Amino acid sequence: MTAIITAENLTMHFGDKDVFDQLNFEIRSGEKISLIGHNGVGKSTLVKLIIGLLKPTSGMIKRHEVNSRKIRIGYVPQFRNIDADAPLSIASFVALNIGSSWHPWLTKSEKSKVAAVLEQTHLKELKDRPLALASGGERQRAYLAQALLANPDLLILDEATASMDVDAKQEIMTLVDQIVTDQKMTLLFVSHDLELTKQYTDRYFLLAEQKISTGSSKQIDAETLKGVEV
Amino acid sequence: MFAFDFMRHAFVASTFIALTCGIIGVFVVARELSFLTHMLSEIGFAGASFAAFASISPLVGMLAFTLTSSALISGLSVEKARRESTISAVSSLFIGSGILFLALANKSSKYATQILFGSIIGISLQGVWQLVILSLVVLLTIWIVFRPLMFDSFDPVGAKANGVRTQLISVIFLILLAVSVSVGAQIVGSMLVFILMTIPASTAKALGRSIKQLLLISVATALLGVWLGIWLAYITNWPATFFIAVIEVAFYLVALLIQRQRA
Repeated sequence: MTAIITAENLTMHFGDKDVFDQLNFEIRSGEKISLIGHNGVGKSTLVKLIIGLLKPTSGMIKRHEVNSRKIRIGYVPQFRNIDADAPLSIASFVALNIGSSWHPWLTKSEKSKVAAVLEQTHLKELKDRPLALASGGERQRAYLAQALLANPDLLILDEATASMDVDAKQEIMTLVDQIVTDQKMTLLFVSHDLELTKQYTDRYFLLAEQKISTGSSKQIDAETLKGVEV
Repeated sequence: MFAFDFMRHAFVASTFIALTCGIIGVFVVARELSFLTHMLSEIGFAGASFAAFASISPLVGMLAFTLTSSALISGLSVEKARRESTISAVSSLFIGSGILFLALANKSSKYATQILFGSIIGISLQGVWQLVILSLVVLLTIWIVFRPLMFDSFDPVGAKANGVRTQLISVIFLILLAVSVSVGAQIVGSMLVFILMTIPASTAKALGRSIKQLLLISVATALLGVWLGIWLAYITNWPATFFIAVIEVAFYLVALLIQRQRA
């Protein structure tokens, strides 16, 4: 498997605070990886470095090319800041990520792309529902659909299942797993939920004490996480 | 009423201003920039006063001041509460200097009233052309950046996560806002330009269910407001700004009532 993300001596400080120091890791094409670690350990910071929203203090993070083009990353952030009365239906929310063009309206092919991801995420019937009225699970699927619209090589879910009930968690993760497998995407799943990470990822990254460690997801147990409160 | 040149000028100018403010306003409301818009209009007042003092055109003075301050503000990306305090402080400074420039310029109080509250009949043909061209530049720019602007305005977190250059979009939007405020102030005055920037868009927010509807309602109520306002000013000889303000507020109240009925 070829590497799509490589970190070399990746170091991040915020002022006096060392978030992490000299991380070295690789994400390879087609892998399903979970990122675990206790609150405040820098999981979201690491994600932001991977997608390029933050610059490292030192060291580097390389986003490799895939099929002679820049790798595309679909990122579903943990927190969303959308007005409760925003004039967005589920379909128009998803379509926000259609990409730039000199004209505001959607072309026929763009509309069918939106329709395809809505279908894929089981939102076809709900496409005209205002986002504000959607349930937690439906919203999460809409966020996923929006990220999928860019046709990503790497899909990053940041605590996508937090605040959901058990059934809804399983439902969205089954869906993610199916899409990622079908489309040969790479998955980085940031989570606190060790059951889900065991079930849906092959390998884990554990962030603790400014360092990263990795292993098979099957090995995630109390021993692996000794001293780490997750 | 169209027999008079000044009425035709007022009509054309206000139509373009309403179009521009109606559309920009939807994004002002979505991006929660009403307070900043208010500040820009005060800065516009200072700019126009400076123009009187320096004997240049008020539009040029306004543009110079609002664009400079927009550029300065765009560097500030602090949290909201602090931003609002900064805005209050900057407003006070600009109102103060506006008053100083007016005093130094030795202009009659009529000039001050005109800058502050608008002068619908004072627009020359050249003035109309300036406004139309500036409005078209603003509208065309919005057309080009519409998709990223919409993404960033309605889902800022998602836009950033998906690689939209949100900082650039913010700067472009502030520049457009500065130009629109300067243009709008020519007709409704700098103190009340934010009527057209915020109330039609708020009316639209209460009624519209999609972004397209928001834009249509905002533009329609802005247009109706200025057209009716000018007509009422013509027949009553009262200030057009007064009528525009009253009509826009009336639309907004009706929209709130409808929204309550729906809920």
